[in-house]
Amino acid sequence: MSEWLQDVKDLTLKGQIKVPYTWSVGEVGSRFLVALRDEKKIIGNRCKNCSTVYVPPRKNCGRCFKDIDEWVELGSKGIVTAYTIVRYDYPLQPTKAPFAYAIIKLDGADVGFVHIIKEGLDKLKMGTRVRASFKEDRKGNILDIDSFTII
Amino acid sequence: MDKIAIVGASQTKYERRKKGEIFYDMIYEVTTKAMEDADYTLEDIDNVITVSNDFLDGRTISCMAVQEAAGAHDKNVSTIEGDGAFGAFYGAMRVLGGFGTTLVVAHSKGSEGDPKIITNAMFDPIYHRLLGLDAISSSALQASVYMERYGITEQQCALVSVKNHKNAKNNPYAQLPMDITVDDVMRSKKIADPIKLLDCSPISDGAAAIIIANEKRAKKARTKPIWIKGVAHCSDAYFLGDRDLADPISLKDASKKAYAMAGIKDPMSEIDVVELYDAFTYMEPLWLEGMGICDAGQGGQLIEKGITVMDGKLPVNPSGGVLSAHPVLVAGLVRIIEAALQIRGEAGDHQIKGAKTALAHGINGPCGQSHCVWILGSK
Ligand SMILES: [Zn+2]
Repeated sequence: MSEWLQDVKDLTLKGQIKVPYTWSVGEVGSRFLVALRDEKKIIGNRCKNCSTVYVPPRKNCGRCFKDIDEWVELGSKGIVTAYTIVRYDYPLQPTKAPFAYAIIKLDGADVGFVHIIKEGLDKLKMGTRVRASFKEDRKGNILDIDSFTII
Repeated sequence: MDKIAIVGASQTKYERRKKGEIFYDMIYEVTTKAMEDADYTLEDIDNVITVSNDFLDGRTISCMAVQEAAGAHDKNVSTIEGDGAFGAFYGAMRVLGGFGTTLVVAHSKGSEGDPKIITNAMFDPIYHRLLGLDAISSSALQASVYMERYGITEQQCALVSVKNHKNAKNNPYAQLPMDITVDDVMRSKKIADPIKLLDCSPISDGAAAIIIANEKRAKKARTKPIWIKGVAHCSDAYFLGDRDLADPISLKDASKKAYAMAGIKDPMSEIDVVELYDAFTYMEPLWLEGMGICDAGQGGQLIEKGITVMDGKLPVNPSGGVLSAHPVLVAGLVRIIEAALQIRGEAGDHQIKGAKTALAHGINGPCGQSHCVWILGSK
């Protein structure tokens, strides 16, 4: 850096890349999100080849490289297998800190489901049982589950 | 594999904010210095790989904007969007594929964008992005699983921060040389449990470059060639819930393949120095386990016993590591450069005496979804 620059305020430009997207949620994504929205149900699906129950559901099993066509209703309860209490805020978080992110093994599923926990953070541990609580006003996205609450 | 070598290397000083240099300037600086290092001219560079990311740059098709700065005017130029260790892997493949030499150059300025917003956008837009996850909170989830499963303590992780910031005092390129104690780390601001401020790498600006050459062209370089003995990368599942976050299987696979190529049977005794991607303190013990340096769950004790300090049996991150400077995309390439400098005997005040074999490592994707492992040697 040239020496004269050290003593002056640098000239900067402000800008933003702001692009609106309209993502298709796909065939299995539609069933999953419509079940959240219309029935307050969490559904997954099972790979016949390796028996893995996926949630959110997948059209194909990435490990077996085979199509999946068996739907499984999972209920709304599970256990916490990873969690962190977040102490900072930034505009893209769905709620104010402190809140927790958790990976939840839903009963009957073989993979973890990532979501948030807002209440009872001091009681949160590995293995804590939690239940999905749904929003009143549901729109067909992952935040139709408001959060998971400790049972 | 044919013999290929790193014959030129350079890096900028890493800073929280470079106000004097735009992307073009940083790339021009390291390209020029890497050629000077090798005593090459532009005619000696057969092709160029740039490493960039559109969100970090704040412009789309960012690869097309920096070619002249990388000396690629009229040359075959190609791009990696990801960590520089993977850019270097592509560069090595191009030399093996017939080019005599490849220049690999990576740049980023974390200071100019917003790392939380940018890393949030790496998550799946349908299922995960609306949750607001970013690099810190997702890594904190990984830390929680790893530390809980094996009883790795926050104090053990804090020792990594103490060690690496101390090492950075001997590296003129590092951004955060610091004398701190375990207590300082433990008392630093809570960010996302169990991660505290001094468990985190900083926001950084910087660039780095290397030149890879085949055996014939390496002879033309002034520098002692640092041979690429083994290199491999491997990737795990995209969704965090699909992975066992405490078991870095893609790192295990990449390490096994790189060791097999390099003829390494016992990494602990055959490797002299490790430069790994410690974006957060917990990553150092976890990645060491994945590399087979110690057994699963033993990473915390390895650090506690002082095995990884400068004069320990296996020094890890003598440069200060990513904790002491984290230019995203550049950081993995820096690990390769630091490993090469160690073998050259040109690491200055952070030189490990007699280093002949070094491991360098880069990661890509949330929580180390993919890993790239390099074994470099003097012969
Ligand atoms: Zn399957």
